[in-house]
Amino acid sequence: MTRRLAALVALLLAAPASAETIAIVDARLMTMTGAGEIDGGTIVIRDGRIAALGARVAVPADARVIDGRGGVVTPGFIQADSTLGAVEVSQVPTSADRATHSAAISAGFDISLGLNPDSILLPVSRLAGITHAVTTPPYDDRRGRALQFAGQAAVIDLAQRPQMVTRPRAAMVLEMGEGGAGRAGGARGSAIVQLRTTLADVRHFAAHRAAYDRGEGRPQSLSRVDLEALVPVVQGRMPLIVKVDRASDISEMIALAREEKLRVIIDGAEEGWRVADEISAANVPVILDPLADLPRSFSELGATMENAARLHAAGVTIVIKTGSGVAHRARELRYGAGNAVAWGLPHEAAVAAITVNPARVFGVADRVGTLEAGRAADLVLWNGDPLEPLSQPQALFVEGVEKPLTARPLDLRDRYMPPSP
Amino acid sequence: MRRAAFVLLTATALAGCAASGRPQPASAPAADAAPVFDRDPYPSTYHAPAVERVALVGATVLTATGEEIANGTVLMEGGKIAAVGASLAVPDGYRTIDARGKWVTPGVIDAHSHLGAWAQPESVDAHNDVNEMTDPNTALVWVEHSVWPQDPGFDAAREAGVTTMMILPGSGNLFGGRTVTLKNVPSVTMQGMKFPGAPYGLKIACGENPKRVYGGKGRSPATRMGNVAGYRKAWIDAQDYARRRDKWEASGRTGEAPKRDLQLETLAGVLKGEILVQNHCYRADEMANMIDVSREFGFKIRTFHHANEAYKIAPLLEKEDICVATWASWWGYKMEVFDAIEENAALVHAAGGCAIIHSDDPIVIQRLNQEAAAALSAAWRAGIRINKADAIRWFTANPAKALGIADRVGTIEPGKNADVVLWSHDPFSIYARAERVWIDGGIVFDRADVRYRRHSDFLLGQPGEKR
Repeated sequence: MTRRLAALVALLLAAPASAETIAIVDARLMTMTGAGEIDGGTIVIRDGRIAALGARVAVPADARVIDGRGGVVTPGFIQADSTLGAVEVSQVPTSADRATHSAAISAGFDISLGLNPDSILLPVSRLAGITHAVTTPPYDDRRGRALQFAGQAAVIDLAQRPQMVTRPRAAMVLEMGEGGAGRAGGARGSAIVQLRTTLADVRHFAAHRAAYDRGEGRPQSLSRVDLEALVPVVQGRMPLIVKVDRASDISEMIALAREEKLRVIIDGAEEGWRVADEISAANVPVILDPLADLPRSFSELGATMENAARLHAAGVTIVIKTGSGVAHRARELRYGAGNAVAWGLPHEAAVAAITVNPARVFGVADRVGTLEAGRAADLVLWNGDPLEPLSQPQALFVEGVEKPLTARPLDLRDRYMPPSP
Repeated sequence: MRRAAFVLLTATALAGCAASGRPQPASAPAADAAPVFDRDPYPSTYHAPAVERVALVGATVLTATGEEIANGTVLMEGGKIAAVGASLAVPDGYRTIDARGKWVTPGVIDAHSHLGAWAQPESVDAHNDVNEMTDPNTALVWVEHSVWPQDPGFDAAREAGVTTMMILPGSGNLFGGRTVTLKNVPSVTMQGMKFPGAPYGLKIACGENPKRVYGGKGRSPATRMGNVAGYRKAWIDAQDYARRRDKWEASGRTGEAPKRDLQLETLAGVLKGEILVQNHCYRADEMANMIDVSREFGFKIRTFHHANEAYKIAPLLEKEDICVATWASWWGYKMEVFDAIEENAALVHAAGGCAIIHSDDPIVIQRLNQEAAAALSAAWRAGIRINKADAIRWFTANPAKALGIADRVGTIEPGKNADVVLWSHDPFSIYARAERVWIDGGIVFDRADVRYRRHSDFLLGQPGEKR
């Protein structure tokens, strides 16, 4: 193969989508930008990019027209705190690469390595309008609560292509509160001291790398890879996801973040509403599951369906997720957002909590989370309100690539469904 | 059912039978008669909430008998449904509730719950009383003895319209124990919630769970063939036990009565058709095996629970008249649920079968209507024509059938118990919330009235109390 031909092939493979013009017409556009919601809108997608959108946009003559009448277009949804791409069957450990129990690789665990673009969970999640996920390591505690950090999360896309990582090492994951206490000898006070010590060690390591390499560094409880991984955290370049639920734990972590100059994201926050003003004043985003309304532990006694609405009303940036470390049930994301609306969250805020908010919180807002001209199309056309179970997607694009609305469970359905009479 | 206390107190003076008929009054006791055993030793003390005469007027009513009534009226009187229909006249003496723009359905029934037995806070080990994983056959345990009525999950479920639930033991054993059917009323005792006259169920588990639990302990069952051998061995013992009791019975209860055996009493109760088999089983091939086991030993399976591959054998399940209690969205957490599809309930329904949307979960039980909506949406996506008037049965009439209480609850029709939910919206909408809930004609939840929120003692004085 000549070099020119090879270059051409490479170019074709790298092209975001087929060279085609598509127009979605007569739909309600939820842009998640200052443009707000546009009724009777048109989106023109050319070569995978949004060429134009609005209420008065001409449909190019060569466009393939998708009738969106009665429908809604949203940005692709983003499932936070997910293990998509890192698991096939939850109880089959060999099918999962989501967590580590190696004490030598805790903060250093990088989930963006070794993900599976062929996972059948990705198209299943796409059927629920999800185009991206924040694949976030949970803790593997089968051999005890040995690890301080669960590792580093990554933003991925669900297009089923080899380059599936939108943003690697997007955040570090740490459990504090009740769970963190269990990792540090059994008490919250111990976990906080351990965390402060770790942060001091990382700062010392960052300032004295050469000495460490000469074997002259001070003794460390963490491995070298863990120390390296934590440097961006102590420098405020990488956000730290802190999993806590109890109101006092949230306050404690906000104070610690202020003192240590960390960027934290509170995850869980079932009692977040009790300290909503404090979270808002600290400008700390919150990831939450709106359906978590039960006192499942002594840290969650204040859990309520109104958590999302109350945090939003206080000015907190909320990210809605489904459960914890969700993979198979990621497809329920929009139902959680809908329930938050039933319990007082404005509809647009609920859609923001599964699109633009996670995009901003995890540093990919320049690519996904909104409908904007000039961007690769990352969007879903729905035949109704996207938060209603009775609505279904009609078309879906993942960063410029239109994906068919098929998945293995639909193949199974079609194999066994009797032919219609 | 009223408890025959004398049976226990004066047992030696009584005659009775092992596993058939009710305890007999001691009219003519033989001096040497063996003790009868009381088949209802933990009887219901349930009393209906204060009953009112209520007319719900102007709602869209899904009766779960196949009707969707616009501008419907539902009359409740004396704890029963008195009438239902379009634009009915409201007789004098009824309190009228304006339900225009709202929806009315039968009370939600969950065919699969562990509330109370694995109570909140569920992360506290002391609250996990659901799985007696000490022997593959624990048919002797009754899950009602694990139920803690203060589980805050009961309150959350009531606020979501759940009026009746079957509580099951877990699936770690081949035979998990007896189920219990409860009415979702605030109560200090389990007996105060117990659904009067509801039959018991026996939890049986197929597949991965029992073989994992016991194989992991180096004992049988360690394989699926070990599972089936375990069932067969137990049914052989149960047949033998039933035969000995029957023989003693037929002989006029002369001679020494066979010793009571809690495990075999439950299994014999299944063979007599008095206890309903509630079978946790995922895969189509395993369900077919269980049907053969039931034929081999002459009992009926009432419901396959989870049953995510029911769609592969929907006509068989319809022919056998076995209900399928399943989800729309759960799948993939283990190998045996890898082939789960959202259309499972719809395909069972379309084959003429008894489809049920169940929870198995304290969160999902709060939104069985939404889970059913997801299942219905999948049906529509597949081009399967099912309307809301039929899909409502998935969490009302059909679980009532599975639990053996369909003559009393599960539909809105005259004479049925007045278990009713008034919804803010179409219950198949994500935005619908239960506004008021009645059990036996008495109000048990009113979202506008704080007296009906948060009954559990556990949350009293806690941050969760005034959520």
